[in-house]
Amino acid sequence: MSAYPHRHLLGIEPLEPAHIQAILDTADGLREVLDRPIKKVPTLRGKTVVNLFYEPSTRTRSSFEVAQKVLSADSLSIAAAASSVQKGETLLDTVKNLEAMNPDMVVIRHASSGAPHFLARHCRSAIVNAGDGAHEHPTQALLDALTLRQKKGRLKGLRVAIVGDILHSRVARSNVWLLSKMGAEVVLCAPPTLMPPGIEALAPVTYRIEEALEGADAIMMLRIQTERMTGAYFPSTREFHVRFGLTEERVRRARRDVLILHPGPMNRGVEIASEVADGPASVILDQVTNGVLVRMAVLYLLLGGGEAA
Amino acid sequence: MSPRLLLKGGRVVDPSQGLDGERDVLLADGVVAEVGARLAPRGAQVLDVSGLVVCPGFIDLHTHLREPGREDKETVATGTRAAAAGGFTAVCAMPNTDPVNDSSATTRALLERARSDAVVRVYPIGAITKGSKGEELAEYGDLRESGCVALSDDGRPVASARVMRRALEYARAFDLTVVDHCEEPTLSERASMNEGPVSTVLGLRGAPGAAEAIVVERNVLLAGLTGGKVHIAHLSTASSVDAVRRGKARGVRVTAEATPHHLLLTDQAVKESGYDTATKMNPPLRCDEDRRAVVEGLRDGTIDCIATDHAPHTVDDKRVEYDQAAFGVVGLETAVALCLDRLVSAGVLDLARLVALLSHRPARVFGLPGGSLATGMPADVTVLDLRRRREVDPARFHSKGRNTPFAGWILEGGPALTIVGGRVVWKDLPGPRR
Amino acid sequence: MGWPAGFQPRQELMDAERLGRTLARMAHEIVERHPEMSRLAFVGVRSRGVPLARRLATLVGQASGSEPRVGALDITLYRDDLTTIAAQPVMKGTDVAFPINGSTVVLVDDVLYTGRTVRAALDELIDFGRPGRIELAVLVDRGHREFPICADYAGSVIATSRDEIVQVLLKEEDGEDRVVLLEREAGRPKTRRGPAPREARPRPRSRKQR
Repeated sequence: MSAYPHRHLLGIEPLEPAHIQAILDTADGLREVLDRPIKKVPTLRGKTVVNLFYEPSTRTRSSFEVAQKVLSADSLSIAAAASSVQKGETLLDTVKNLEAMNPDMVVIRHASSGAPHFLARHCRSAIVNAGDGAHEHPTQALLDALTLRQKKGRLKGLRVAIVGDILHSRVARSNVWLLSKMGAEVVLCAPPTLMPPGIEALAPVTYRIEEALEGADAIMMLRIQTERMTGAYFPSTREFHVRFGLTEERVRRARRDVLILHPGPMNRGVEIASEVADGPASVILDQVTNGVLVRMAVLYLLLGGGEAA
Repeated sequence: MSPRLLLKGGRVVDPSQGLDGERDVLLADGVVAEVGARLAPRGAQVLDVSGLVVCPGFIDLHTHLREPGREDKETVATGTRAAAAGGFTAVCAMPNTDPVNDSSATTRALLERARSDAVVRVYPIGAITKGSKGEELAEYGDLRESGCVALSDDGRPVASARVMRRALEYARAFDLTVVDHCEEPTLSERASMNEGPVSTVLGLRGAPGAAEAIVVERNVLLAGLTGGKVHIAHLSTASSVDAVRRGKARGVRVTAEATPHHLLLTDQAVKESGYDTATKMNPPLRCDEDRRAVVEGLRDGTIDCIATDHAPHTVDDKRVEYDQAAFGVVGLETAVALCLDRLVSAGVLDLARLVALLSHRPARVFGLPGGSLATGMPADVTVLDLRRRREVDPARFHSKGRNTPFAGWILEGGPALTIVGGRVVWKDLPGPRR
Repeated sequence: MGWPAGFQPRQELMDAERLGRTLARMAHEIVERHPEMSRLAFVGVRSRGVPLARRLATLVGQASGSEPRVGALDITLYRDDLTTIAAQPVMKGTDVAFPINGSTVVLVDDVLYTGRTVRAALDELIDFGRPGRIELAVLVDRGHREFPICADYAGSVIATSRDEIVQVLLKEEDGEDRVVLLEREAGRPKTRRGPAPREARPRPRSRKQR
């Protein structure tokens, strides 16, 4: 029985806790490779991975690239234009052209929810979702979980507050799925206009940050996408910071050993105060290392195992 | 002059006459000549329809034939062939073509095309406003005279209450019904599905049911205010059904239609299909509570008829990311089988009721001829085989459109014979028979 | 002990006492060949190579007065057969905490068969640095080499057929010390275990009715 029996990684929602565990354990097992003098293993030699990024991203893309290189896979990154419709070439055509190179895997980030599912339907390669619209960002949730597990020794029973623009956040959704499946307690906090309808079915919701942070083991701050402010969601970033910003004073409501996570890039002074972002509770840099490990684990489990169907 | 045709040995179900029993039907000179027991052929060609159900020809009040302008998606020829294969003897053609059908010239051109290419009856629907821009009223008198049977800006809502009011008032002079695609655009902008827990999980922008219900309420009030006739297109939410029900109770001249996909599917289909764009249409598939309310509205008479909203698209228009895909699904070739299997066989509606919802009642909504097998009525007949079993196979559709959420469904019951004006335009009869 | 599917024990090759004596003899051979102990290090190949390496290190320490360092090598990431084995093997991690450059490394494994595991171990070891010398110690050499590799120290050399498995059991892993020869159960097909079925590409769903 395969530890990770799926051909693709399209999201956290379809996964069993055992599969999530397999990815996290594999990532831990790979940690020592990054400490070696030669940070390279031949495991995925001869495998080709295409990174197809329709949304700009330095962080996630470079993380995937490093992961690919450490495992000796051949890596090709394509930064495509934002909307296929504007550009003229359809997503399908771009993918069909890539297929001529016979990549073993395509890592895709796209502004449309469901784009990775679309690829999986039309393309022979294994597909990894690096973020699709507001739907999911599975490797982010996995690296967040790896970080929490690393620092706290477990996931089960942890109280995690997720604060910010939940409505538009794929990171929030993936984290809600992963943390719930692994037995953590999640609470969501946002102004009502930024809380998606029906999310109460997945996790408890509060509009008061003080309530969300009470006794929290970890706080995940989501990036306020200032470009969203034009949709009449919220009056101003000033008001947001006053009502929902993570300040040092608010952090004190959480447990003393609370961890602060942020998927980056941060709007200092909006969702998170600088002192907090740079303070001792912040594990933002650990998240970066764990991001490479988690992506290595995903590459290994999808490409390094049994013959794909 | 069509030859005389005798349909022998079938079970005739004609709700307009309260008829349900074994009868023979004689068609001559393009009309129903006689319906009775054991009729003598008297020179007519005899078709053995024993074991089958003989109904007045089905009428679809809501079809997009796409011609003129988007013949890549569908033409009058292919669309009406699809209608015939689906058991429909008449379709009402929505005007959101290119050019929009807002003039007698375009109406006449469409009817000319239908005369040469159509295999079933085509009734044009004219636009409510010029170019369907929602501003100036089109010339209703000319439209009525040239052959339009109703008015609609379908594809787009009539956003302005003032324009809708004027349209209802003016249409009264020509006894035309105004058909509105009810949608409040500021609530539904950039949405690709229903707003709810499913859209949240899928990360897709959704439109709340209120976006439809708000406009349904408005239209019912305006119809009451003006005394005009309004028909609610493809109704999909519980609140919309409720608004129509209350309007009817007050005596407002409001009618409504529902599509098979809104009767049978919910927004879960988007998730279960893995973002398959064959589940994308407008109004979108709603939650189960809405779906059940629409079914109940059909049962208690609030909703007058079933219509397909047949909306063919090219493969390229659908084979893109979900939020980029065109809205719409085809329906002419699946509607009748779906209703027979999932509504009648499932015990939701009885057969006579379904036949009424597809023949007599749509005819009444727009005042169309047909919908009945009484003597003198047009010789339009739909014959059903309740026992056939078929898998929905889009590759074999007569329509150019393949975009259906029902691909692979195995359905029991379906059309076996379609007769228009006394001529057989499509047949798929079971077993060896003459 | 649960044997691999389709196999049953045919013969006991070593009992606990013989296993102990064999390791003691190997330790003495190693000491004899390496009078200069300072650069000696034992690296066990996971998983059973590791307890063997530790035991040999202890025995060598007792015999020579100087106990060599011990490391563990997980060769999963270096295997050449990853696309043909059934499931992704669980990684237990490599732990080589001492500098490799210039040292004399004795690679330790339980069974030497085709030589592919040792090939992978050599590649991995060299990624850690430049050893002065690498030697190979195995408890059982069962023949059927596919690569030009041989053991410098072999506890026991046995002729086997390709249908058999040499199973080493150790107290640290399995609760007892034993070496058993397993044979294929009668009536079982001779096929190699193929890859586990992966989730196939989604096909359009046919909603079959009641």
